[in-house]
Amino acid sequence: MNKNNVTQESVNISRRSFVEKSATAAAVFTIAPGVVLNQVHAKPAAEPVSDAKRWGILVDTAKCGNGCNDCVTACNEENGIESHGRPLTDQKWIRKIKLKDNLTNHVVSLPMMCQHCEKPPCVDVCPTGASFKRDDGIVLVDRHICIGCRYCMMACPYKARSFAHEAVDNKVEYQPRGKGTVESCTMCVHRVDNDRIPACVEACSSALIFGDLKDPQSEISMQLEKHGGKQIRADLGLNTGVRYRGI
Amino acid sequence: MKNIHLQAIEGKSAGYMGLVALLGAFILGALGSTYYMEHNGHWVTGMDNQVVWGMPHVFAVFLIVAASGALNVASISSVFNKKIYKPLAPLSTLVALALLAGGLMILVLDLGRPDRLIVAMTYYNFKSIFAWNMILYNGFFVIVGVYAWFMLDRTMKQYSRYAGITAFVWRLALTTGTGSIFGFLVARTGYDMAMMAPMFIIMSFSFGLAIFILVLLAAYNWTGRELGDVVLNRLRKLLGVFILAVLYFVFVYHLSNLYVAEHHGFEAFMLLGENGGEKYSMIFWIGQILLGSLIPLALIYAPAVANCRKTLTLASLLVVIGGLAQMYTIIIAGQAYPLEMFPGKTILESGFNDGLVSQYSASLPEILLGLGGFALSLLMIVFGVRVLGFLPASLADSVTDPHAKAE
Repeated sequence: MNKNNVTQESVNISRRSFVEKSATAAAVFTIAPGVVLNQVHAKPAAEPVSDAKRWGILVDTAKCGNGCNDCVTACNEENGIESHGRPLTDQKWIRKIKLKDNLTNHVVSLPMMCQHCEKPPCVDVCPTGASFKRDDGIVLVDRHICIGCRYCMMACPYKARSFAHEAVDNKVEYQPRGKGTVESCTMCVHRVDNDRIPACVEACSSALIFGDLKDPQSEISMQLEKHGGKQIRADLGLNTGVRYRGI
Repeated sequence: MKNIHLQAIEGKSAGYMGLVALLGAFILGALGSTYYMEHNGHWVTGMDNQVVWGMPHVFAVFLIVAASGALNVASISSVFNKKIYKPLAPLSTLVALALLAGGLMILVLDLGRPDRLIVAMTYYNFKSIFAWNMILYNGFFVIVGVYAWFMLDRTMKQYSRYAGITAFVWRLALTTGTGSIFGFLVARTGYDMAMMAPMFIIMSFSFGLAIFILVLLAAYNWTGRELGDVVLNRLRKLLGVFILAVLYFVFVYHLSNLYVAEHHGFEAFMLLGENGGEKYSMIFWIGQILLGSLIPLALIYAPAVANCRKTLTLASLLVVIGGLAQMYTIIIAGQAYPLEMFPGKTILESGFNDGLVSQYSASLPEILLGLGGFALSLLMIVFGVRVLGFLPASLADSVTDPHAKAE
């Protein structure tokens, strides 16, 4: 008798718990599906970045539209980069370049941004260590200890860095920026850490592929293995995380 | 040689006060410029995202390089034991310390965040040449300061030779560090040459000595103290040798670039003024080579003006102007020439001026900041010779010439 009562009670509790948990899950998935999906896959904030991954971007110049500026626009919107109408001193995290081969006259168009080098010259020269590389290959500027000496801009072979020549009006919460410090493409680290792809890649699914260069099953690795991909200024031996096809 | 009597200047004349006031005004100008640039942001200067180091750096690097060179006279006396230079050694240390302070003032005030100087002093990336230099600069102040103290303090004088040798080695390291800031920049065609370090050392000899001669002539002229031809002619000939040595290094630098096909574009830009390099080429040929080297050489070696102080003053002034022109061609032209990202290709369009030569022109606040650095250096010297006995009471030939007969 006692034994039966206990069993019946256990069943009731577990049924109640099941109903409660299901209702909570249903509510959360209905209200904020994106948040939950991100939480499910993202690296917990307390866990340090590891070198198990190396993030990279592959640019297929054959698919990069001549005159298309979608990647630039997406980057500017995502990171709050605004022009002050002074092109020489405005910040540029990504820009389009159109090239012609001197011998063959072949014309290509490509986006140019921080190449996220494995051996970044900007990190070597930075006196305070504000310029740094994460273990997953993303090169960043810690704008809290950047003194604005611009030595990294002298050292970068890609002109990928900009100096904040004037006050930054449009600040987004995940991107601390300010007058007098140096900034550049972060590979949208705030998105990558939440299992999302960089804004430029999202805006241009045809020519840009983002992924883990260390995972042989990732699309970027498979594409690179199949078709290859060049580094800009490969002679410098920097082993860039951004690779180009068709140049 | 007779015993040398070092004596502080009186420093009460109207001329002295006027000089202090004038230099103070320049320093105030520099501080005002800094406020203007930092308040508005660097867009109000001539600098941009391509030429990131502008006129302030031309002045700053010149002064830092000259600082190490100004120590020459002391080094020749202590390390190489040349007696004729001994009386000048204390002044040499003062000029060296003052020039370094002026150069560093400019560098710090041009930072994007000069308020974070404490960060620069507390966070070190030991792979950065800038970080090495911070240690080298601070060490220079301490070592040269101690060296000056040992020379001026009779009880410590016996140790001054050791301090002098340490200072000599340290100053060579310091200028190696300054030259390597540029020499180790692999990305830029105009730099990327280890030769930059020895070239900067030779440049320091020339620029530092020129400033030292100017200070010496001014100090003795204005205080009415005696300054003989023997010392001056030694310094004059030494300056001539240093100018020739700098020319040799400049020649080898361009010869190396001319030999390498990938650098031909840069040489055409720099030497012939092609592809938008007219302004930079003119500063090189007229500023650095003609005014800064050839005319001073003529003024130094022409027999007709052998003992003429005015020509020596002019020659030294021209070396300073030529030195600034050389710094301009190294620092500004080196950045103005575009990065070679795509060899064998022409850039048709770019959202960031890729492939284009930058036409930098310095803004007034940048120039005022640079001049303020000079003024701080000179003010420190003017103040230094008043409070301590850096200057010998007399440098007459009978005092300095080892062959002069004892009275």
